[in-house]
Amino acid sequence: MPDINDMKEIILKYVINEYAEEDDNVTFDTPLISSGLVDSFSMVSLKRFLEVKYKISIPDDKATPEAFDNVNKIANLVLNYL
Amino acid sequence: MSYSDKTKKVYTDQLDAIATAGLFKQERFIHSSQAADIEVEFPAGSVTKKVINICANNYLGLSSHPEVIKAAHEGLDTRGYGMSSVRFICGTQDIHRELERRMTEFLGTEDTILFPSCMDANAGVFEAILTQDDVIISDRLVHASLVDGIRLCSAMHDTFKHSNMEHLEEKLKLHADKRLKVVVNDGVYSMDGDMAKVDQLVALCDKYDAMLLIDESHASGFIGKTGRGTPEHCGVHGKVDIITTTFGKALGGASGGCVSGRKEIVQMCRQKARPYLFSNTIAPVVVSGVLKVLDILSESTERRDKLEQNTILWRRVLTEAGFIIKEGNTPIVPVMLFNAKLAQDFSKDLYNEGIYAVGFFFPVVPNGQARIRTQISAGHETFHLLKSLDRFIKVGRKYDILHKTKEEIIERYGQ
Repeated sequence: MPDINDMKEIILKYVINEYAEEDDNVTFDTPLISSGLVDSFSMVSLKRFLEVKYKISIPDDKATPEAFDNVNKIANLVLNYL
Repeated sequence: MSYSDKTKKVYTDQLDAIATAGLFKQERFIHSSQAADIEVEFPAGSVTKKVINICANNYLGLSSHPEVIKAAHEGLDTRGYGMSSVRFICGTQDIHRELERRMTEFLGTEDTILFPSCMDANAGVFEAILTQDDVIISDRLVHASLVDGIRLCSAMHDTFKHSNMEHLEEKLKLHADKRLKVVVNDGVYSMDGDMAKVDQLVALCDKYDAMLLIDESHASGFIGKTGRGTPEHCGVHGKVDIITTTFGKALGGASGGCVSGRKEIVQMCRQKARPYLFSNTIAPVVVSGVLKVLDILSESTERRDKLEQNTILWRRVLTEAGFIIKEGNTPIVPVMLFNAKLAQDFSKDLYNEGIYAVGFFFPVVPNGQARIRTQISAGHETFHLLKSLDRFIKVGRKYDILHKTKEEIIERYGQ
C-alpha cells in the first residue's frame, strides 16, 4: 500500500506539471475543478493517470467533480480502490 | 408559440454582458470583391471607405482571380446552381468526384471526401472513426472546430502542451493500452502563426502506433515548396494519416472542406460522418472554382513564392520599425500589443488611416496577449505593404510603443 503522503506529492506534482501556469500556487487543498484550473476534459486524463499509476479502476460515477476538487480528496479517493 | 419577456430577458442580459465586456462582435460590410484593396462600410450606415485589407485568409490572392471566376461561371452554366440533395441520394456530380481525386493527388494521400466546410469535416471525422475504446490526444491550442468534433465523439480525450513533444510522448505512453490512438494538431496555428513539428509528430506516432491528424486550413496551397502544406515543409509529405483542410482560405476562399487520408478512414466518413450524410455538399459553382485553383497551383509556384517574399518583407520591416511580432515564417504575423483596449484602439486608428486589420484579445487569445493579427497575401503588392507599414508606424508613434519592450508596453497600458 503506497504511503498517502507520497501519493499526495505525486498527484500534486502531476497536477502542477499538467495544468498550472507559472504563477499558480497549487497546494494539497487548492480547488481544482470548482476554480476552473482543471476542466472537465482534463479530469478524464487525470483519472486515467491515477488508474494507470496505481493500477486501479475508478468507477465513472465515483469520479465526480466534487471527488476530484483537490489533491487531498483525490488521494482519499484513490485509497478506496487500492 | 411563446417568446415571453422572461425568455427575452435571458438573451438581452447575455448580450448586454457581452457588450459590457467589450466583446460584442460587429460586422464590417464590404461593398467590393475580396482583395488587397476593398471598399468598406463601417460602422453600418456610414459612407464607404477604401482600405487596404491585411486581415483576410486570402493567402494566395485567388478569391477574385479572373480565371477562378470564369471557371465558376462555366460551372454554373454547365452544372447548375444547387443539388437539392445530400451526396448519397442524388447530390454527387462528376465534378465532386473529380475534386476529391485532385485533392488526393495534391495532398499525397489515398482518398478524399468533401464536406460543406472544414468545420464540418472536423465535426464529423472523429465520431465516424473512433469509439469509447479509443483515445484522442490533441495539442492544447488546436482550432475550436477540432475541439467541437472531439466533444461529439465518445473516445477518451487528453491533451498535450502546445508543441511539446516530450509531453506528447508521455501521453502516448500513458494511453498505450487503448485500441486506437489519434494525435491531433493544426498544421499552422491561426492565432500565433507558428507551425506544427510535423516530422517529429510523424516519428512519435510511428513509434507508439498512433494515427496523426492535421488540420491544414492555414497551410494548404502555400506552405511547403509547392504549397502542399506543412507535411511537405517538414519533409513528410504523404506520411500523415488524416488531413483536414478548407477551400475557404487560400484555395479560392469560397467555402467547403475535406478529409483526406487513409482509404479506410475516408470510407468510414462516407458511411458515418453526419455532416456528410445530413447536409448538401459544396455547390457546383464552388467546386468548379476550386478545380481551377488547383490547375493554377499545379502550373506554377509563382503565387506561393510571391507570398513567401511578401511575408519575409513584412516581418522584416515591422521588426525594423520597432514592433514586437510573433516570430515565425508563415504569413500570419501577429503584432503584439498585450493590452486589449490598446489593441482595439490601435485597430480603430489603423482603419481611420485606411488599413483594415483587426485586434484580437481574451478570450480569443490568452489574457495579456492582445494583438493585431496581420495576414499577408500574394495579392499584396510592395506598395500595399509599405503603405500599411507607414500607417502602422504613425499609429505606433501615437501610442509610443515603437522600440519598446513587452514590459514597457505593459507597464504603460496594463496587461
